[in-house]
Amino acid sequence: MTKKMNGAKAIEESLKKQGVKEVFGIPGGSTLPLYDVFYDSEIRHILVHHEQCAAHMADGYARASGKPGVCVATSGPGATNLVTGVATAYMDSSPVVAITGQVTRPMIGRDGFQEADIVGIMTPITKYAFQARSAAEIPDIFKKAFHIATTGRPAPVIIDVPKDVMTDEAEMDFDVPVVIRGYNPNIDPHPVQVKRATEMLVNSERPMMLVGGGAILSGASPEVLALAEHLQMPVGTSLMGKGAFPETHPLSLGVVGMHGTIEANKLILEADVLLTVGCRFSDRTTGKIDQFCPDAKIIHVDVDSAEIGKNAKVDLPIVADAKKTLTQINAQVLERLAKRMDSIWAKRITEIRDQFKPKNDNHIEGPYLRPKDVLTELRKALPPNAIVATEVGQNQSWGGLYYPALLPRTYMTSGGLGTMGFGFPAALGAKVARPDVPVADIAGDGSFTMTEQDLATSVNEHIPVIVVVLNNSVLGMIAQWQRLFYNRRYSGMDLKGVPDFVKLADAYGADGVRIGSLAEFSSVVRKAIGSDVTTVIDVPISPEENVFPMVPSGSALKEMILE
Amino acid sequence: MTATTQQVRGQAQVQSHVIACLVENKPGVLYEVANMFRRRNFNIDSISVGAVEQSDMARMTIAVKGDEWTIEQVIKQLNKLIDVVKVNELDSHDAVIREMALVKVHTADSNARTEVIQYTGIFRGQIIDVAPDSLIIEVTGDSDKIDAFIELTRHFGLKEIARTGITALARGGKAIRE
Repeated sequence: MTKKMNGAKAIEESLKKQGVKEVFGIPGGSTLPLYDVFYDSEIRHILVHHEQCAAHMADGYARASGKPGVCVATSGPGATNLVTGVATAYMDSSPVVAITGQVTRPMIGRDGFQEADIVGIMTPITKYAFQARSAAEIPDIFKKAFHIATTGRPAPVIIDVPKDVMTDEAEMDFDVPVVIRGYNPNIDPHPVQVKRATEMLVNSERPMMLVGGGAILSGASPEVLALAEHLQMPVGTSLMGKGAFPETHPLSLGVVGMHGTIEANKLILEADVLLTVGCRFSDRTTGKIDQFCPDAKIIHVDVDSAEIGKNAKVDLPIVADAKKTLTQINAQVLERLAKRMDSIWAKRITEIRDQFKPKNDNHIEGPYLRPKDVLTELRKALPPNAIVATEVGQNQSWGGLYYPALLPRTYMTSGGLGTMGFGFPAALGAKVARPDVPVADIAGDGSFTMTEQDLATSVNEHIPVIVVVLNNSVLGMIAQWQRLFYNRRYSGMDLKGVPDFVKLADAYGADGVRIGSLAEFSSVVRKAIGSDVTTVIDVPISPEENVFPMVPSGSALKEMILE
Repeated sequence: MTATTQQVRGQAQVQSHVIACLVENKPGVLYEVANMFRRRNFNIDSISVGAVEQSDMARMTIAVKGDEWTIEQVIKQLNKLIDVVKVNELDSHDAVIREMALVKVHTADSNARTEVIQYTGIFRGQIIDVAPDSLIIEVTGDSDKIDAFIELTRHFGLKEIARTGITALARGGKAIRE
C-alpha cells in the first residue's frame, strides 16, 4: 500500500521504520523541510554545535549500541563538515547513516549558494553514496542505505537529498523489498577452511589469538573467550579490538603493536599459529610486517574478502562472519581435544611480565600525576559496563595500555583515522545510546579543544559525560616524537596551558574541576558518575611524560623500546 | 617498494590484465570505479563502457597493468563496490580482445596516398574519410596491431589519433552474467 506525502515526511517515516529514535544534526537552508517534520516528530533531534561532532556522535552511538547512528547536515559547508567524522567511521567500520541536504535539482552543478558535490566528496570514504533524484525513491533508498551500512562489514553510508525532493509529494511505497544485486556479503565460513583452521589450532603448541574490532562488530566475544580458555590460548587485541576479550583475564595480553604491552609484542614473536579475528593488520598493530610474527602460520578470519592478503600474507583465509566462524571452530575443537587445564605456553605470559618488569617506574617529580595511576584509578572508579572513549595522541596510547576494557562495546577509539577530537562527541553519542551507564572520555588538552564547543550540546541536551583531560600543556605525542627522534627540537607543540578548563566548563554550565591528587581524582570521578551535567576534570601531567613501550614507526615489534 | 609490500607481494612481476565487469547502468558508476583505482593507487591503461543485452546494466572492460598482488586487489576492490555486479578477469589466451582506432594520416602526394591505402589493405582497415591532403582510416584489432599500424604510418605525418581502448569477450560458451 502506498501513502501520499512529501519527501521530508518520507525520510522521517523511513527512519522510524528503521527503529531510529535519535538523530544528531544542525539545520540549514536545504534541510528546513526536514526540520519542519522534526518539529512534531517522535524522533529526538539532538542539536550539535559542529557537524563533525554530529558524525562522531552518530559513530559513538553506533559503537556503543551496535545500531546504526544517524546524523543530519545541510548542503555545502554542513555536509563538508561531516567529512572527518564520516571518514573516521569508515576507517573503523562503524555503521553511520549521514543525511545531507542539497540544493534544488535545477540548481545542481551551477555552484549556487551552499552547493558542494558531497556525493563526489564522500564516495571514497563511504560504503555507498546515494543521491535522491525524486521523492518517490526515498523509501527504497533509505532501506538500502541502512541495509548496506549494517550488513557485511559495517560502514557509513550517505544520502544526499535535494531540497525540492524533500518538498515534492509522491505516492510512497515503504514495503518495497531491498534488492541490490551487486551486494551479497558472505557470512558463512567454508566448511573446508573451518576444518583446516581446527587442524592447525589443535596441532599447534604455541597458538595465539589476535582480535580486532571485527570481533566486536560481529558479537564474537563469548566465542573468543571459549576458544581461548579451551586451548589455553593467549589473546592480544588491536586497539580496535579492546573490549572483545576481558583484559583482566589471565590469558589476556592486552594491545599488540606500536604502543602495545611487552607481553603481547614479545609473545607474538614466539607463537606458532596466529588466529586473527576481524583484524586488518594495520601498520600500527603489526609494525614492520615481514617480521610481525615470524614463526607463526596465520589464520585470517574477516568478513571483507579484500582484507585477505592486503597487508599480511596469510596461510589460511576464512571470509565470513567472525561469530559464525568461531562457533564452528569451537565445536570442532571441542570434539578433537579436551579442555586444557594447564599450559606451559600460557605460563610464558607471566614469565615475560616478570622478566621485563620496568626497573624504574618512570616517575617524574613535580606537581604532576602519572597517567598510569590516573587511568588505573579511573578503572577502579567506573563500573565494569561503563563506556570509555579516547581522543588521539598520548591519551589514546595510555588508554590502550592502562585502562583495561572488560566488555565489548565499552571502549571506543579512533583507531584507523586517528582523529583528534573524536572522543568527546563519541562519548556523547554513546551516552545517548546507553543513558544507563557512565560514559567517560580519556582526553588530552590538545584533542579536547578540537571539539570542546559541544559542551554546549552536552549541557543543552542533558547528556552528562566525564571528560578526563590529561593536561600536559603540550601536544604530547608530538613532543614525545620530537624528544625521541628529532633531538628535542620542539616545534609547534606548545599549548601553553590555554584554555583554563575549569573556566571553560563553567562558561558552558558544565562542572569543571582541577585536581591535585589521585585521591581527589577518584572522589571527583565518583561524584561525576551521579551528576546530571558533564564534568571536565583537569588532571595535570608532566609535559616530559612518554608512552612506553613503543615500537618506532616502521620498525619491527622486536625493536620495541621499553623505557 | 618497501619491505612491507615486498613481503606481501613476493616476486613482483608486472603484466597486462583484462578485467570485465557488469555494472549497474546508472549515473555515477564510472566515477565510483575510476575513483577506486585512483584512491588505491592502481593504474588504468584503458577503460571502455557500453550497453549490454540487459538495459539496466553496462559492461566495463578495463585494461590494467600490475603484479599478482595488484590484480588480486583490483578484483577484490571492484567486487566490493556496490554498483559492480560481477567481475571477471579474462584470460588473454582464451578471449577475443579488440580495440578500434581512427587514424588521420597526412598524405602529402599521391605516392604517400597509395602507400597508406596499401597499408590499410594489409591491416584490413577501412578508409572512411578522404580529403585532398589526408585520409581517416579505421583499424580494428588487438592493441599490438593498432600500435603497429600507427608506427608504420607515423612518418607520413599523423594529424590525429582516437583509440577506443579495448573491449573483450571470453571465447566459447562462457558468459559473464549477474
